[in-house]
Amino acid sequence: MIAVLGAGVMGTGIATLAVGHGLAVTLVDIDADKLAAAKDAVRHQLRGAKLMGRMPRSGPTGELTCTTSLADVAGATSVIEAVTELPELKAKVLAEVSALVEPGTLILTNTSAIPVDELASSTVRPEDVAGAHFMNPPYLIRMVEVIRGPRTGDAAMDAARSLLDSLDHDHVTVGDGPGFVINRILQRTINEAARIVEEGLASPAEVDALFEGCLGHRTGPLATADLIGLDNVADSLRVLRDRTGDAGYAPCELLLAKVRDGDFGRKTGRGFYEHGGQS
Amino acid sequence: MNISTGLLEFLASRTKRTWEPDEDLFASGVVSSLFALELVVHLEKAYGVEVEGEYLSLENFRTVNAMEKMVLELQAATP
Ligand SMILES: NC(=O)c1ccc[n+]([C@@H]2O[C@H](COP(=O)([O-])OP(=O)(O)OC[C@H]3O[C@@H](n4cnc5c(N)ncnc54)[C@H](O)[C@@H]3O)[C@@H](O)[C@H]2O)c1
Repeated sequence: MIAVLGAGVMGTGIATLAVGHGLAVTLVDIDADKLAAAKDAVRHQLRGAKLMGRMPRSGPTGELTCTTSLADVAGATSVIEAVTELPELKAKVLAEVSALVEPGTLILTNTSAIPVDELASSTVRPEDVAGAHFMNPPYLIRMVEVIRGPRTGDAAMDAARSLLDSLDHDHVTVGDGPGFVINRILQRTINEAARIVEEGLASPAEVDALFEGCLGHRTGPLATADLIGLDNVADSLRVLRDRTGDAGYAPCELLLAKVRDGDFGRKTGRGFYEHGGQS
Repeated sequence: MNISTGLLEFLASRTKRTWEPDEDLFASGVVSSLFALELVVHLEKAYGVEVEGEYLSLENFRTVNAMEKMVLELQAATP
């Protein structure tokens, strides 16, 4: 059984990926409503991925257990942490889970931007901790950014690779630091794109049309931000600003206003775009 | 109402055009694999079946006739 902590956008998608590849998953959240929604969402996502030919149609589906009790993950063979991007919260959850599982159990954090070594410091065994930055949605995008912290052990790296193999995912391993590779660049891009809209230079659709048409991006930065969740974008930008001292990462006013208004993007039905109800 | 008539009505209301029972829904580009997922949900609600496993192939959603055939098979298999 693998443990997935946090049943939000990413935890749910990671659970889909794992059960679709036959692994039993225990999904933990403090919010029972999130867990109930995740159960339905996993079934829906599984079928979507199978229809698109992105997940094996035959073969067993792993069992999904949803729980609000972290103690239920004690027997996990590996842990994937995907709780809210708040450093103190992640530190607390990782400290608790590392005290629960057997020594040598792989603990992967799906953090967007917090350095792996900073998070590893809160655990009992920093050598068991590595980063696995899954893309959204994790059951459709096969590439994962793996982060090796300065204290991550060889055994943890081997375990991470074999877990990703069993999920039929590819990976590139990079070094540790705020935002790693993807989010050091992507979050900054999103923030600048939002600032451009704030300054009235272009609409969200115009910004995205340029990235898509000129640079060949499949999705422009603001549509990507809506997919990620603007609350998570703002949290990640704060993490980056605090750890780099670079004011360019400070979330711009328009982004903060949308988060204040509860317009988080797809998950609430509105962000930079209207999404016609929740999805 | 039989299954194919019901499906043709559902498709017409969702895509704002009419379809033939043997017309390829995907070839037109109007219907995507995402819409196929919507069709799964609709078939389950409307006909009391569960579409799972090997049935989750786009081929079963390519035409109204194919969907009808699948629903009949699934209904026959349900005790
Ligand atoms: N959204 C993306 O596109 C994306 C992509 C890659 C990585 N990430 C990262 O993944 C992580 C999760 O992001 P998300 O978008 O799924 O966020 P989210 O807000 O959708 O979900 C976070 C979940 O964590 C739960 N949670 C909070 N405290 C908890 C606790 N103590 N124990 C268990 N669950 C708890 C919340 O109830 C919530 O359901 C973050 O670190 C984020 O930066 C997000």
